[in-house]
Amino acid sequence: MALFESVVDYFRRTPKTASIAKDRLSVIVARERASTRGGADYLPQLQQELLAVLAKYENIDLQHVSVKLDKTGDCEVLELNITLPEQFVAKKAHAAV
Amino acid sequence: MSKVVVVTSGKGGVGKTTTTANIATGLALKGYKTVAIDFDVGLRNLDLVLGCERRVVYDFVNVLKGEAKLHTALIRDTRIETLHVLAASQTRDKDALDAEGVGKVIKELKEMGFDYIICDSPAGIEKGAQMAMYFADEAIVVCNPEVSSVRDADRVIGLLAAKTNRAENNNPIRTHLLLTRYSPMQVKKGEMLSVDDVLELLGVPLLGVIPESKIVLLSSNKGTPAVLDETTDVAQAYLDVVHRFAGEEREHRFIQEEKRGIFQRLFG
Repeated sequence: MALFESVVDYFRRTPKTASIAKDRLSVIVARERASTRGGADYLPQLQQELLAVLAKYENIDLQHVSVKLDKTGDCEVLELNITLPEQFVAKKAHAAV
Repeated sequence: MSKVVVVTSGKGGVGKTTTTANIATGLALKGYKTVAIDFDVGLRNLDLVLGCERRVVYDFVNVLKGEAKLHTALIRDTRIETLHVLAASQTRDKDALDAEGVGKVIKELKEMGFDYIICDSPAGIEKGAQMAMYFADEAIVVCNPEVSSVRDADRVIGLLAAKTNRAENNNPIRTHLLLTRYSPMQVKKGEMLSVDDVLELLGVPLLGVIPESKIVLLSSNKGTPAVLDETTDVAQAYLDVVHRFAGEEREHRFIQEEKRGIFQRLFG
């Protein structure tokens, strides 16, 4: 039985679950490190609150707001990046005309 | 020179208490005067795993509140005289642990000549876990080769690097990784994250690998830490960890699948 399974496994091309796990973890771990490490643990909360404010005006979700704290030497740079959804930009352009 | 060690993980159920019990027992077997402290206030369990649950009279919280002297709350192990336990309280009092009180107890334990003070952290990253790690000189992060455990371990490694007394004084603690419930056979089949995968993700040096084994349950059933019967693979693995922790070189084991006979392989 074990031999048969090994042969079947050999020909089956589906990705192994361990490598799926590793890929998913590399993404999530990198993201969480960027948002939680570096001394400022208020960043996730800041991100949530910014999102709440923005959501009052536009349909924006978490992936449109990124908050990052970078350290270069003694200098800390807080980077806020808000990507406006396309229709928002389009509407603004329309209003301007 | 005493050393304060925290055994932590973030996620629950990965083997913190088992690890604390075995490492504390192992160090005591080597002759080091060792105390294991249960920081899981409200959910005391280290006493049960070490088999001294019926001898708990006073606990850690009693000492913190000044209701008992430290030396009366310390339980001396009946098997190894260099091993001591400080149990957690069973009553839930989340304000019981504060840095000042915990610091005082640890200082007193150092003055009593303990070589190793092993702090068994509760799961999570709340007050109890923060207090367990705050005074540590070294940390053992226990992790299973499983996604949620690895993610939580990463969070805890971040906290260890930032939220300890040493970190605040720019003297970072040494953090080690202990991978538990490891199954080389599943790793070989691509069903489980390998040691290398986890090391690459977490970036913390490996202290040891503990194989998945029914011995862990059998030992806790009896209240006898696995290291006390050194014939088992779990005991061997934990004893290796203890020796490494005490500064000796030991090659890593239990990472590769054991060689099996041709019949076992064909009909296993």
